[in-house]
Amino acid sequence: MAFKTSVQKYSGNVCNLELGTGEKKISLGGQNVIPFYSFDGDTGSGAKIGLEILDIYPDNWVDELKNLYGSAANNAAEWARLVEEKYSPDFICLRLVGADPNGLNKSVEECAALAIEVAKAVKLPLVIAGTQNHEKDLKLFEKVAEVLEGYNVLLLAAVEENYKTIAAAGVTAYKHKVAAESSVDINLAKQLNILINQLEVKSENIVMHVGSAAVGYGFEYVASTIDRIRLAALGQNDKTLQMPIITPVSFDTWNVKEGASTIEDTPEWGDQTERGIAMEISTAVGVIAAGSDAVILRHPRSAQTIRAFLGKLI
Amino acid sequence: MAMTGLDIYKLTPKTNCKECGFPTCMAFSMKVAAGGVEISKCPHMSEEAMAKLSESTTPLMKAVSFGQGETEYKLGGETVLFRHEKTFVNRNRYAVLFSDEMPQEQIDAKLANMKNVHYVRIGEEMKVEIAALQYTGNKASYLALINKVKASGLKVAYMLVCEDLSVLKEALSLVGDEKPIVFGATKDNYQEMVGLAKDSKLLLGVKAAGLEELYELVENIQKLDYKELLLDTGIASVRDAFTNAVQIRRTALKEQDRTFGYPSVVFINELAKGDKFMEIALASLFTMKYGSILVLEDMDYARALPLYGLRQNIFTDPQKPMRVEPKFYPINNPGDNSPVLITVDFALTYFIVSGEVERSKVPTWLGNPDAGGYSVLTAWAAGKLSGSVIAKFIKESDIESKTKCRKLIIPGRVAVLKADIEDGLPGWEVIIGPDEAMHLPKFLRTMEGIN
Ligand code: B12
Ligand code: SF4
Repeated sequence: MAFKTSVQKYSGNVCNLELGTGEKKISLGGQNVIPFYSFDGDTGSGAKIGLEILDIYPDNWVDELKNLYGSAANNAAEWARLVEEKYSPDFICLRLVGADPNGLNKSVEECAALAIEVAKAVKLPLVIAGTQNHEKDLKLFEKVAEVLEGYNVLLLAAVEENYKTIAAAGVTAYKHKVAAESSVDINLAKQLNILINQLEVKSENIVMHVGSAAVGYGFEYVASTIDRIRLAALGQNDKTLQMPIITPVSFDTWNVKEGASTIEDTPEWGDQTERGIAMEISTAVGVIAAGSDAVILRHPRSAQTIRAFLGKLI
Repeated sequence: MAMTGLDIYKLTPKTNCKECGFPTCMAFSMKVAAGGVEISKCPHMSEEAMAKLSESTTPLMKAVSFGQGETEYKLGGETVLFRHEKTFVNRNRYAVLFSDEMPQEQIDAKLANMKNVHYVRIGEEMKVEIAALQYTGNKASYLALINKVKASGLKVAYMLVCEDLSVLKEALSLVGDEKPIVFGATKDNYQEMVGLAKDSKLLLGVKAAGLEELYELVENIQKLDYKELLLDTGIASVRDAFTNAVQIRRTALKEQDRTFGYPSVVFINELAKGDKFMEIALASLFTMKYGSILVLEDMDYARALPLYGLRQNIFTDPQKPMRVEPKFYPINNPGDNSPVLITVDFALTYFIVSGEVERSKVPTWLGNPDAGGYSVLTAWAAGKLSGSVIAKFIKESDIESKTKCRKLIIPGRVAVLKADIEDGLPGWEVIIGPDEAMHLPKFLRTMEGIN
């Protein structure tokens, strides 16, 4: 007998979604195969990489990153410009941590004003991440969506408790995209997508955030959830699970001990920045290999490595 | 693939003689297919039929082993392409590459790194399992290298990466008893290689240019009746290596073709070309997807922490999440003045927290109520870790007689439970701990009134 390539054809495909406007807009999704399985069919747009910036100075970040960004990190618009010019990621994730009621509790107006400044400063598409506080996010995204009309940003994220307002304001009124966030469970992801669809929001305007965890910290549930979602979307042509997936990798990896412990605390582990980058890279590769279409990273070095990595697989 | 009742029925004599204890051959066959009875209960099966049946029950992907004693490892034996379908069984193993052309300092540095990276995570020992020893042309240095690694005191299995038979023989005279992996057989040398590997049943690496050639070579080796094999995914490009890894696994499990029913080896060191972060990226990819032995340039904590964590996660059986028994655990020899800490019965969480409490050296009673085996926030969100659950757990245990201290430290992530717990536990003061367990040592050491 001779070897014959094993080919798997799927009936479904992942929706194609556009983010941003103009020359730097990006596409997510479009594939009808499992990541990197080019021997099966069309691998679509390929995973996209975003770099994280904050609306406040990143006090808790490693010194090496603070030094890298210098005074630009005091001003989100300047920071965004620096990131665009120097590191050219596919998109920028502006995380509005200052709005958190358990933190600085900045007003939605203040945050919206800052968001528009950032949007004007760069050409890259934006992902706007909220506070994880459902009530605050609802008001925050409503306002941010309004002032950013025309920029076609992604609002990260709407959950079961606040999706109605966020999806309606974000997508229907101001023509942005919305990320539907669920907790590591295929059925929860499906249910939220259906609810958002019922608001007359088309699947082409929805991205899924199906949960995230750093490698070593319950990551297997995340990987298997993404595997199952992709197999249902492609194999069973399940229209309610065909939205692209985004994973905010850096939100977890720099908080777990491997990324957060200082060299003084764990001298045997060596340089903290290296560990943080390593955790980001490994987690990002893990979710991309399972089926994530976009990852948010914190360190430019991680972004550079993931970009080179993706380049080797196309 | 497993045979159906009908498939088995076709192999019976169809005489319905009832000697098997079943009324008909069909009834018997159905029971065999369901695993309820052994085929040998029918005395009338032909030898040919038995052979067919045994073929269908041998696994599609062979489980092989290498190393000896403490360094013995199993690879392969996988039955599914995705872990949620059942589980992945034999975790991949990491190797570090040495070669005879490396300067001594480099060899020493790698050995030192391998010694340094050795720790326990959730009950599992984490270390480099294999030293890959590559021959590049200098026999004397190669043999010296083997002796050096052997004398290092490291508990590792060996992989002899050497296609020169005479050198390989000498290498085997040094480490042959430790059941090294021999790498590798090519289309030019496979007969001699099989001859060398066969007696001691050594795991034999098989290497070819491309999948067609690899397939043919494996067929030829199987004709020599040798099946302890490890398939090389090649180093032409990352894309090819990944395609090959997937195709090998898929051909075995999906196409049910046992020619590729073997574990694989990926020389990540070659693919990453000296870029450490790329090495981590590629090693993560092949840990997720179908690499069995992953050869790295070196090992340090930046590589180990994500890779071993990822591997431990991916090879966890989805049907039985890791739990620890809900009860109070004494840590650092607590006495009748030591404080009480609460966590959950999810093994990952418990081991992280107990590790940090140990590190603090502060004597404590660490308790974990039955939280369904979930992490702190998952348990809280699922209603399994509530104020009343914790209060009840404290009351029903004998902790109130073991310590007079009435300070109860709870995970920072469930700070909201404070009032509820205090309501249910008069006399206790609930203290909100840090969000992350890694801050526990400092927190405990500086906490007032407990030392
Ligand atoms: C894996 C996972 C699951 C797995 C369960 C795995 C398990 N055995 O627990 C599955 C898929 C089953 C699951 C289910 C659910 N999940 Co879940 N899950 C996760 C995920 C991705 C990782 C959890 C994990 O393993 N963490 C690692 C462990 C080590 O963390 P930990 O236990 O908290 O321990 C740390 C600290 O708390 C601290 N600590 C622990 N003990 C102690 C003790 C003391 C004294 C101190 C000081 C500190 C301390 O130290 C540890 C390390 O730093 C998280 C998201 C995330 N990235 O965290 C969501 C998450 C926890 N899940 C969530 C939810 C909502 C659920 C569901 C309720 C969803 C649903 N509606 O069905 C269900 C509940 C189960 C059910 N159906 O009944 C939410 C919780 C939201 C909230 N803030 O309340 C999260 C945060 C996801 C999200 N953002 O929405 N989940
Ligand atoms: S013993 Fe064999 S031949 Fe007789 S009934 Fe059973 S299966 Fe049929």
